[in-house]
Amino acid sequence: MNISNLFKIAINALRRNKFRAFLTMLGIIIGVASVIAMLAIGEGSKRSIQEQMSSMGTNLIQVMPASMERGGVQLGNTNSESLTLKDITAIQNSCPDVVAVSPELRASGQAVYGNKNWPTSMYGINDEYLNIKKYDLASGRMFTESEIKSMGKVCLVGHTVVKNLFGEDADPIGQTIRFKKVPIKIIGVLAPKGDNSFGRDQDDIIMAPYTTVQKRILAIDYIQGISMSAASEQKANAAIDEVEKALRKSHKITGKEQDDFRVFSQSELVSTFSSISNVLTALLGAIAGISLLVGGIGIMNIMYVSVTERTREIGLRMSIGGRGIDILMQFLIESVLLSVIGGILGIILGYLASNLVGSIMGWPVYVMSSSVILSFLVCSAIGIFFGWYPARKAAGLNPIDALRYE
Amino acid sequence: MNHTIIQVKDLHKDFHVGEVTVRALRGIDMEINSGEFVAIMGASGSGKSTMLNILGCLEKPTIGEYQLDGINMGELNRNELAGLRNKKLGFVFQAYNLLPRTSALENVELPLYYNSKVSSRERRERATEALRAVGLLDRMHHMPNQLSGGQQQRVAIARSLVNDPVVILADEATGNLDTRTSYEIMALFQELNDKGKTIVFVTHEPDIARFTTRNIVFRDGLIKGEHPVTDRLSALEMLNQLPPDEDVDVSL
Repeated sequence: MNISNLFKIAINALRRNKFRAFLTMLGIIIGVASVIAMLAIGEGSKRSIQEQMSSMGTNLIQVMPASMERGGVQLGNTNSESLTLKDITAIQNSCPDVVAVSPELRASGQAVYGNKNWPTSMYGINDEYLNIKKYDLASGRMFTESEIKSMGKVCLVGHTVVKNLFGEDADPIGQTIRFKKVPIKIIGVLAPKGDNSFGRDQDDIIMAPYTTVQKRILAIDYIQGISMSAASEQKANAAIDEVEKALRKSHKITGKEQDDFRVFSQSELVSTFSSISNVLTALLGAIAGISLLVGGIGIMNIMYVSVTERTREIGLRMSIGGRGIDILMQFLIESVLLSVIGGILGIILGYLASNLVGSIMGWPVYVMSSSVILSFLVCSAIGIFFGWYPARKAAGLNPIDALRYE
Repeated sequence: MNHTIIQVKDLHKDFHVGEVTVRALRGIDMEINSGEFVAIMGASGSGKSTMLNILGCLEKPTIGEYQLDGINMGELNRNELAGLRNKKLGFVFQAYNLLPRTSALENVELPLYYNSKVSSRERRERATEALRAVGLLDRMHHMPNQLSGGQQQRVAIARSLVNDPVVILADEATGNLDTRTSYEIMALFQELNDKGKTIVFVTHEPDIARFTTRNIVFRDGLIKGEHPVTDRLSALEMLNQLPPDEDVDVSL
């Protein structure tokens, strides 16, 4: 008995029950398709989060104020005035792994030009901020050191602001807008950057020297945050330690006293989001895996019924010279064929379904080759695993009893 | 040239049903030569079916020796017995045992699938030849449910011929058929026997046994009698003598 004859016998047996074979396969098809589609959706969202996060700069480190105590009263995180320009100097002087640092102040209000107005945010920054946050200038120039020192009434504007105050393709450079009643001249336009991973429009922004925002707009003596770049992504953790040490020293915090600031890194956020979406992917995959398992049990059920139903056929095959191993192999090949063909159809269906979901729902999907290979292997394993018991039962039949089976 | 195909010496077969031991065969001696058409007769429970199972290498005797075409089956394991059945034996069953939804040709081809030395082309040629021998060449692509009972049994006989066995074992091969069709099947067996095929035919119908060349009668696990058929009938002549009003092919 050679293997190609066994395949022919198994294929003929399946052909005799085409519809039942298809129904049996359906369980596997749906199982594999949902595994492929679920993993594609999970992986797609993970990749798009990672991509957006790294577009913000993976070596980005940010310092935010934490609750500060004044006369025994906790002020809460947002009202805290713990960060000052002195901290910038401290970081510049004592953090070798930090390559660029900028204060960050934010004022919200209406920007007005002529008869048009637009609600937006004005950021007070220094000339290193564009590098730190990965912004580019589309036209015009960055403000100068002397403009920063002299609280110059100059600004850069994002694409959304230009669109709403001047029109889509207008060139606003040299025009003067008013923000919180302060006239400010536009000297540069930022290249569009799109939405960030939280859906915020990064082009809805005006950037001005931090001195201007701090003194002329907000009239405060503290700063609301610090943004900086580590020398590289690998050095981000070292840089965080240096910054924490420098700020504790500059704030005179010793021992176990609570910090009045918080330091975040972008790579920490990336890994947090990645692990969240990994959990999500695993969960989706597990649910889909259960349906694959149910499909496998379906195959076992049909093969088991098939062995009982074909008892006389098995008896006949034995009487004309089929050995136990031939019968075993026939049934095993039948179940493996069912599951593998079902698996291939499922992979195709899963691929189509995930692309369909991607285009209809606008979700990012990514079909991993590893999930295709994995589901194919799982299918073959299911075929062997769930086919084994019925095949053993068939091969173990006594030919005389099988021939007389009613 | 006649030589011994089947040689059985002091064969016993016991079955254990719970604590009871059923002695189905209690010492059988038997020889069948090539070219013989032997009927094994007996009432139910006489041991004739057990005898056929052992002759068909489906079962091993408890004691005793059985040589098929010079091979002692007592020395073979399960797989070797399957190989022996595949190459030396042909089976015809009462209930035909054809695969459903499978053409006559593919049914006849089936034994050759289990012989790896036969190519797919040779398989098709030999199956076609076997169908020609039973007169069903024009029905080779029909499914069993499109054939009458007699035709189905012819397909089964073709299947038993396709591996060119040394002996054909038939178990109540006419048991499901009406008189006319039974005669047709017996005429086919006689024709095959005339061409030199050795046939062992188990039946409980004495009139069917009269178409054979020798009768062996079993009772209570022993051979009770054995005699050559002196007034052997020709099934073809009997068929011609049947009144024409019965000339209806009643398929089951």
